Amino acid sequence: MNLAPRQTKSGDVRGDHKVVASLVPHNARVLDIGSADGELLDLLVRERQVDGRGIELSQEGVNRCVARGLSVIQGDADQDLADYPDQAFDVVILSQTLQATREPKKVVSELLRIGNQVVISIPNFAHWRNRAQLLFRGRMPVTKYLPYEWYDTPNIHFCSLRDFVELCRELDANVEKAIALSGRGNKIPVNAPWWVWNIVAEQAVFLLKR
Amino acid sequence: MSADTSRPATPEDLKASEAVSPSSKLARFPAEEPLELDAGVRLGPWQIAYETYGELNAEKSNAVIVCHALTGDQYVASTNPVTGKPGWWSQMVGPGKPIDTNHYFVICSNVLGGCLGTTGPASINPETGQAYGLALPVITIRDMVRAQARLVDHLGIDTLFAVIGGSMGGMQVLQWAASYPERVFSAVPIAAAARHTSQNIAFHEVGRQAIMADPNWCGGSYLQQGQRPTKGLAVARMAAHVTYMSDESLHQKFGRNLQDRENVTFGFDADFQIESYLRHQGMTFVDRFDANSYLYVTRAMDYFDLAHQFGGSLANAFKGTKTRFCVMSFTSDWLFPTSESRRVVKALNAAAANVSFVEIESDRGHDSFLLDVPEMFQTISGFITGAAHARGLPAPGEEA
Repeated sequence: MNLAPRQTKSGDVRGDHKVVASLVPHNARVLDIGSADGELLDLLVRERQVDGRGIELSQEGVNRCVARGLSVIQGDADQDLADYPDQAFDVVILSQTLQATREPKKVVSELLRIGNQVVISIPNFAHWRNRAQLLFRGRMPVTKYLPYEWYDTPNIHFCSLRDFVELCRELDANVEKAIALSGRGNKIPVNAPWWVWNIVAEQAVFLLKR
Repeated sequence: MSADTSRPATPEDLKASEAVSPSSKLARFPAEEPLELDAGVRLGPWQIAYETYGELNAEKSNAVIVCHALTGDQYVASTNPVTGKPGWWSQMVGPGKPIDTNHYFVICSNVLGGCLGTTGPASINPETGQAYGLALPVITIRDMVRAQARLVDHLGIDTLFAVIGGSMGGMQVLQWAASYPERVFSAVPIAAAARHTSQNIAFHEVGRQAIMADPNWCGGSYLQQGQRPTKGLAVARMAAHVTYMSDESLHQKFGRNLQDRENVTFGFDADFQIESYLRHQGMTFVDRFDANSYLYVTRAMDYFDLAHQFGGSLANAFKGTKTRFCVMSFTSDWLFPTSESRRVVKALNAAAANVSFVEIESDRGHDSFLLDVPEMFQTISGFITGAAHARGLPAPGEEA
């Protein structure tokens, strides 16, 4: 399950996908968790020539992936990562999915176990729009990029960018790179301290190593 | 099978039968080239009947083996000479079909223990000149695959581009990938399992007992006695056929509808459509299948437990494999349920294998793999095209 908004124009590569792809070495063995209909994995196979695998929760997504020639299984990040051996992949990618897992900490530690490098993208719950909705309207935030009401959201474990960095510290994971993105997935081209990003970035991509 | 059954089968009858002289292609192996069986016996002389479709390319890199299920045969995409019916998977295999014979060289052989030309219980036992009957050693899925590998050798092919099959055919696919990993570029086990469950064995035992309870079975030597255990074999087929369908599909197709009558007859005729349907299935089956073959082939499935061959660990069966897998199951298949396919996928992941897994929504039970299920066709097309790219083969839609 990939909870990012679908791209609007067909043929365009989603901004966050471009950023994720730029972090993946050519010819790497890659596991993409939350493959959706395989856009990112397809991009990686085409442009980075990776040996790619995917896990996707929805059956329709899996079927679309396999029908386009990708190696994808139906599964779920909370349960199925345990089946993979240590360091099975050069890069493991979890894109816009961590907030929907039941045990995010366990998931991240499994990712670090099976992947040499881990690329995680997450929405930033501490973005100023969310803060403003909570502060001024007293309502749980609903935005263009997080369109769910509190009662129907699959996103059960939101965090801020700072929370996530803190989790990485707890897990002894090194944050090798962190890239702040706008809601559309464009890079925010400013050098700013963490607390600024934690307000202005709608999402971020992290490259972790144990 | 269509020999006159009122008298004992003569050696001439046997020789003329499809079991011994099939209408299809045939590879014969003399006694000096026996087949080593799991039962610890060398079988020879022996023969394997097969059909091919499409052309083998110059590099011999486009060969696909299709493995058939329990009562299938080599006529995957051509007319069965016994029934006159079109190939059992002609929706899947053929020009422009998901397994496109314009691009791939498709081989399908009758399984060892079968009755359409590969050595089986209706073949002639060289020691007696009579049909083997129960003198044939018990066959396993691995033996079937060994026989196919010998055929592939005989055809001068080193690596298979794909091995594909459903149900028992899927068991053979898994065995191929485990026994000859370097010879299988991609593998598609459909509606299959890496072992037969207790429930699977139970249903097969019911079928076998039905055959053996028929007095015309004659302890397995019915051909010599000029008999045919048609009643027992028909009952076996009826029981098995129920397991191939889902409750829902039976309900939709037949419900409680009556057969050509307004009311129940207060008797034991086929009042219900489902009864009439099953009786028809049983009766037509006996015209095309040998009862002893049914015993042998069901036994082979019962004995199948791939993990057992590898020290109890299914992951070990696929250790270091480079084969690309596409595992497929159907939601309403309770005979080979999705949980069994998932077991295979788990083991493949543990072996860090390249695996796709798709569970296809279908209400038609185990038989779904033989039916018109567009999502299955799309998935197989997509998987094969992806594998063709990885293999450097031109895929359908591309110029050779």
